[in-house]
Amino acid sequence: MNLLDYLIAHPREVLTLTLEHISLAGISVGIAILVGVPLGVAIARRPALARTVLGAVNSVHVVPSLALFGFLFAVPWIGDRAPRMAILALSLYALLPILRNVCAGILGVDPAVVEAGRGLGLTDGQLLRRVEFPLALGVIVAGIRVGVVLAIGIATIAAAIGAGGLGELIFRGLAMVNNSLIFAGALPAALLALFSDLSLGWLEGRLRERV
Amino acid sequence: MAAPESSAPAIAFRGASYKPPGGPPLVDSLSLEIHTGVTLVLLGRSGAGKTTTLKLMNRLLNPTAGELMVEGKPIGRWDPIRLRRRMGYAIQDVGLFPHYTVERNIGLLPAVERWPAARIRERVRALMVLVGLDASLASRYPRELSGGQRQRVGVARALALDPPILLMDEPFGALDPLTRAELQSEFARLQKRLGKTIVLVTHDLREALLLGTEIALLESGHLVGLYSPAEFLRTRDPLAAAYREAFSAKNGESRDPPPPPSGGFA
Repeated sequence: MNLLDYLIAHPREVLTLTLEHISLAGISVGIAILVGVPLGVAIARRPALARTVLGAVNSVHVVPSLALFGFLFAVPWIGDRAPRMAILALSLYALLPILRNVCAGILGVDPAVVEAGRGLGLTDGQLLRRVEFPLALGVIVAGIRVGVVLAIGIATIAAAIGAGGLGELIFRGLAMVNNSLIFAGALPAALLALFSDLSLGWLEGRLRERV
Repeated sequence: MAAPESSAPAIAFRGASYKPPGGPPLVDSLSLEIHTGVTLVLLGRSGAGKTTTLKLMNRLLNPTAGELMVEGKPIGRWDPIRLRRRMGYAIQDVGLFPHYTVERNIGLLPAVERWPAARIRERVRALMVLVGLDASLASRYPRELSGGQRQRVGVARALALDPPILLMDEPFGALDPLTRAELQSEFARLQKRLGKTIVLVTHDLREALLLGTEIALLESGHLVGLYSPAEFLRTRDPLAAAYREAFSAKNGESRDPPPPPSGGFA
């Protein structure tokens, strides 16, 4: 049972780091949703713009995450505080799946249903609010789900720049060649990811079955 | 609800064309007057321009040449939203909102128009009775309904704001022949009670003769002729004759429907 030793001996530290981890990932996904949903709706209306924007956001994923955290040191204000850097980087990662699914979800609504709504005299805003968005919600939640799992996973690397979170235990364990320490960081991170994935998966299923 | 000038036709096409960019015209200099209270059937084969013609009437498409007048006013001067809410719109099978119950589908436009909830409920109930839907279906979703029930919901939804004009695009197209015949004759009765101006797209001659007071025969974007049902059965136009032949082979003798109230069209 020596893998669990550190966890059992230091429950408060693990709990504190877990909460830090949740807030890093949570705030980042929150920002990604706030940016991604309106932007996704906007680019769904303009296919040419969609290619450009998705390409640009996609290019963030090409940068290795450790390097991205490093680059952000140079950014004014953001670079002053490690959690700010981590949150910006994680938001950028989570943005892609959310943006892509909002766009795909809106475009995936049966065009006959949209045209019926328009023909009946719904305004663009009413059509979006009452028809397109609710019908796309299952696909949008699927994108958020990917974004959340991604953010929880990559947030472990944020410890490398001193942003805190469960990655701290993992990096410390690696430096000290202490498996129990690595495990104390990795297990809660994995459980967090698993739990978020399952609960958002359930929500997604509920939303999709209405359609 | 009366038209601004009683003499103005409900809808008038004045040499209206619709040509998508880089394609052949789908509607080609169409001139046609649809008078208040008539049921005009747009008859023609697939690709004849029927649906395009219909979509020009509620500005889902804008004419690329020529003009349309609605109730005496150029269509470009109508606010598209106001225009569409004066024209009920019912289309084949697929147009119901899948995430809304029957009640919310029918009550959507009244809700958007901010009617009080009690008035919406009352209106929905009255419309369901009108189109022959059992009240117990109000909380069902479209996927839980039969094809015929879905069509009825579509018609009820189109009537929600009591529009003076009703546009219908093959409203009975996706039904089995028996249900279709049932709904058609029911709709014929409903039509008399409502007294609305109706434009109906179909490729079904039987439907055209049963429901139409006027039949506009379209072929590759052109108006071939405008007939009363009785005239349609007599005319020597080869296309009309071909229609009659195709349908008499299928359905046996059609009985002559009564002649329309007035003749002489532009």
